[in-house]
Amino acid sequence: MTLMKAKHQRLVLLVSALVVLVAAALLAAWALRNQASYFYVPSEIVAHPPEAGRAVRLGGMVEQGSLKTAADGVTIHFVVQDGQARVPVTFRGIVPSLFVEGSGVVAEGSMQAGGMFVADNLLAKHDENYVPREMQDMTREQAEKVMRETK
Amino acid sequence: MHGFANPARFLRNARWLMPLCLGVGLGVAGLALIWGVMLAPAERLQGETVRIMYLHVPAAWLGMAGWMGIAGASLAELVWRHPLAAIAARACALPGTVFTAVCLLTGSLWGRPAWGTWWVWDGRLTSMLVLLFLYFGWIALSQASDSSAGAGENRAPAIFGLVGAVNVPIIHYSVIWWNSQHQPPSITLGKSAMSGDFLVPLLAAMLGFTLIFAGVVLARMRAILADQQAEARLRRKAFSQVEF
Repeated sequence: MTLMKAKHQRLVLLVSALVVLVAAALLAAWALRNQASYFYVPSEIVAHPPEAGRAVRLGGMVEQGSLKTAADGVTIHFVVQDGQARVPVTFRGIVPSLFVEGSGVVAEGSMQAGGMFVADNLLAKHDENYVPREMQDMTREQAEKVMRETK
Repeated sequence: MHGFANPARFLRNARWLMPLCLGVGLGVAGLALIWGVMLAPAERLQGETVRIMYLHVPAAWLGMAGWMGIAGASLAELVWRHPLAAIAARACALPGTVFTAVCLLTGSLWGRPAWGTWWVWDGRLTSMLVLLFLYFGWIALSQASDSSAGAGENRAPAIFGLVGAVNVPIIHYSVIWWNSQHQPPSITLGKSAMSGDFLVPLLAAMLGFTLIFAGVVLARMRAILADQQAEARLRRKAFSQVEF
């Protein structure tokens, strides 16, 4: 007959309560995994196109070489891609200073009937890579090489 | 464990540990901020605004670490009935709240130039705001239960502290589980997507602010203990006057 000491009983009780609690939180987060995302990526938009005119957010990378300014000077066209799908976007207004080709963007707007995404607002996204300005003329591969060598 | 439980021994150690933590922390954090703001390079895309990071990232870390402190102390209180645990949890709450608020404010100031907006309701920002509200609720609860007659008998703040700790991994994984406006972590275990030019002053700033946090917690624990002693003395005095 082994009677646990009171503090061991409390420890077992609390740890099991915590395990259940964390499991519940993880399940909730798992159930939220689609709803809690801040934007759709192009492959989701292409696979399940939202109805035309419904407000959605589209996030991805601005495709290299796709950024074109229209003749009026304030309307821009570009392509957002995620490596699997591409969505053409048009936007009229002032772009954030971090908005460049090859970088991340979150566009708020809606799909039009022709498959064009019309954005009312653009937010720039920056990724987890931090590279000093002195390396800005290098490509990402070159910069990463320099970073590895100087570490 | 109970070697550190003795309040007298704790006070003896805290007396020299507190100024040491505060002094070294202020020195290291000050030098790291000067390094980050004046000497470290500008970032390739973000330019000069990257310098907000040297305050933003340590504040985010300590906002979350403060709640882990509350949770750890709550566990020690509930399981081992550690006499200093409730005091340690109360001491962690205020600096944790302040650093969480600093994180949200500096993040907002950083978001405007970097993203083009002060605030978005993505997973990371929302869960960090929830942490701030959890701190407010915890402080209110711990102060409400503090005035009850049997000091240390109310376990409600400890239970709240443990339950609220669920939010900390949610904050951390929010940018990994969900598409978000906020970037994924640059520094993961043993790896850094950040050039050493940014990483070294950032780690120094995190170390410095962590020492400041530890010093503040020790100072607040001493103050709470002194408060309780003074109150006990006043109570004794009041009772002895009633009798005569």
